[in-house]
Amino acid sequence: MSVKVTQPRAGEPPLTVVEPAHRLLDLDLRALWQYRELLYFLIWRDVKVRYKQTAIGFTWVIIQPLVTMVIFTVIFGNFANIPSDGLPYPIFSFTALLPWSYFAQALGQSGRSLVGNAGLISKVYFPRLVIPLVAVSSPLVDFAVSFLVLLGMMVWFSVTPTWGVLLLPVFLLLAALTAFAVGLWLSALNVRYRDVSQLMPFLVQVWMYASPVIYPVSTIPEKWRLLYSLNPMVGVIEGFRWALLGKSSPDFTVMAVGSAIVLLLLAGGLVYFKRVESSFADVI
Amino acid sequence: MSQTVIRVENLSKQYVLGALRHDTLRDQLAAGMRRLAGRGTASPDQNRIWALQDVSFAVDQGEIIGVIGRNGSGKSTLLKILARITRPTRGRATIRGQVGSLLEVGTGFHAELTGRENIYLNGAILGMSRQETQRKFDEIVAFAEVEKFIDTPVKRYSSGMYLRLAFAVAAHLESEILLVDEVLAVGDAAFQKKCLGKMGSIVDEGRTILFVSHNMTAIQGLCSRAIWLDLGQMLEDGPTQQVVSNYLRSNASGTHAEQTWDDFASAPGSDEVRLHRVAARPRDGQPQDAITVLDPVVLEFEYWNQQPGLHLNLSLFVHNEQGIMVFNTAPLHEPVWHGRPFPVGLFRSVCHIPGSLLNDGTYRVTLLVVKDQAIVLSRHADILTFEVQDSSAARGAWHGQWPGVVRPLLEWETELRATLSGAPVERDSSTTARS
Ligand SMILES: Nc1ncnc2c1ncn2[C@@H]1O[C@H](COP(=O)(O)OP(=O)(O)OP(=O)(O)O)[C@@H](O)[C@H]1O
Ligand SMILES: [Mg+2]
Repeated sequence: MSVKVTQPRAGEPPLTVVEPAHRLLDLDLRALWQYRELLYFLIWRDVKVRYKQTAIGFTWVIIQPLVTMVIFTVIFGNFANIPSDGLPYPIFSFTALLPWSYFAQALGQSGRSLVGNAGLISKVYFPRLVIPLVAVSSPLVDFAVSFLVLLGMMVWFSVTPTWGVLLLPVFLLLAALTAFAVGLWLSALNVRYRDVSQLMPFLVQVWMYASPVIYPVSTIPEKWRLLYSLNPMVGVIEGFRWALLGKSSPDFTVMAVGSAIVLLLLAGGLVYFKRVESSFADVI
Repeated sequence: MSQTVIRVENLSKQYVLGALRHDTLRDQLAAGMRRLAGRGTASPDQNRIWALQDVSFAVDQGEIIGVIGRNGSGKSTLLKILARITRPTRGRATIRGQVGSLLEVGTGFHAELTGRENIYLNGAILGMSRQETQRKFDEIVAFAEVEKFIDTPVKRYSSGMYLRLAFAVAAHLESEILLVDEVLAVGDAAFQKKCLGKMGSIVDEGRTILFVSHNMTAIQGLCSRAIWLDLGQMLEDGPTQQVVSNYLRSNASGTHAEQTWDDFASAPGSDEVRLHRVAARPRDGQPQDAITVLDPVVLEFEYWNQQPGLHLNLSLFVHNEQGIMVFNTAPLHEPVWHGRPFPVGLFRSVCHIPGSLLNDGTYRVTLLVVKDQAIVLSRHADILTFEVQDSSAARGAWHGQWPGVVRPLLEWETELRATLSGAPVERDSSTTARS
């Protein structure tokens, strides 16, 4: 925003200048760093409230992906006979559902995050980026819980992970960045245009069919692969399957293309978000 | 030596009013299409208002400044700009020191979380570090008087407890500059008193405060200097007493403290009786003068009687801001004309309301013209409005809203009946006091 906070020399109070002029992009990472405790407390609030509100809180987080997996296995694995690269369909789909559920949740929450925190935004100052950051961070707790379920399934189906498991955090980060980048756009647009939030469930659904959640990448014809890999979640899900199940060897160009797309989306999202953020409090 | 900590230069803020903003993407796209097709206006005449216009002032360290003005005059907008919540359209503000803003109590409170959890959360939202909150924790809980409920979700709190807790967190902010917007109007009288006391002690610590309030007594009690905003512009910046009394005078003239109808035919009333003039004034002043809680108030009514021999009386209903009817009165004991037939002519009836009876606030008077003590000839709703202002002479150290529909000055007596040793007390050691 148009605000300059000059860090004081020792013992002097900070000097803040508020004025209308704006630069193209000033991320103001120092302000974000100063407000890291707020970030932490807001994540903590989201998690606490989520696990407090539902009577079966914790169990619910486990049951949801499990039920989805069972449904997928029955419908797609059995009736539709969708191939699963020679893996048991339940674990094949659950490995994809893990990053996918996280992504869907993070995207939905971040898209709605600014409007959902309208009270905060119109009454207190803090770097607005905190809000979508919180939204993509708090679903990580659900992710961790379902991850334990996956570990149990791997023991059950006697699947041994590869060394690629060490790269899992990288794939998770890619999923988080994708959700964050798209979330930046959606949340900022949603402040202005309230119908954006109605579009979001539709977007998530279409996106799922465009990602290899219920089917393997191998079903996509070779000539469409490059276009297909423009979807960053393709790389993420492939990465998860490779790291945990070790069957299909990953296509690293897919991941590189996906990452490049994410970076583009992220840069654009940051510029757009920063450009409109000073009017959030006025419009919201 | 005091240093300037806030400098505001030609600060202006323009808002686009809601109705013409494109609120859905669909509308926006449709409008874009129309524009492409060359139809519709290129940029619709947007409804813009200046919420703040060329406001400039400077605040020295340790000053406590009251910001007053009518609803929509730009007070909150000013604080929001200084708090960096929104940015100005023009002009700039320079602030030296850490700013804490208190534009609302309980921002970010979550009903499902306990009192303890909310204290930490709200502290972080207001910009306190965790250690700071930890250090102040016991003090906050004690101030809010919620020790027993600290581990209960705040959704189980009474609304008073909730507000007390919310204010308590904010009151323990340690920033050098505090921006406070109308947040003292919370809780019961006892708690308001406590809040004002807390504000007072913050002032004593030498911190700088910008304090927005509609409570003139609190402004007068706390601030030495006041800024008066009207329609986004600064009308006056000076010593509190002067600014406040100018502001109150301008408000009083905005209401119908006096109305006159010179044209008989169009004057309100019935065929029998038409009004000529109505006015409310302090007994020793003019209709545009301010009325304080101590002043006797005079309500005057002049009216033409057109029909000879009518048995007339007026009847007044006086309502306060909350819509409560404070009293109804009629001149049934008026010594000269009551019960006598009225000849044709211009009459004047005056109602005297004693001083120290009405509480401060705005009163609306409804007038009924009654024939034979039974038939209403005409009814004039809210024909007069007058404002009774608080007076610092009328109260002690207490700055909050004085509760009650009326505020009579009553006779009190206190006497010492016995000493601790049980020895009888002589009769003349009793004291009488008026409160
Ligand atoms: N976000 C906004 N969008 C459009 N107009 C706004 C917005 N916020 C405030 N305004 C307008 O700006 C003007 C000043 O509002 P502001 O809230 O500063 O008044 P105020 O002095 O605080 O009033 P009050 O005493 O009622 O609190 C008002 O006319 C209001 O309608
Ligand atoms: Mg306001």
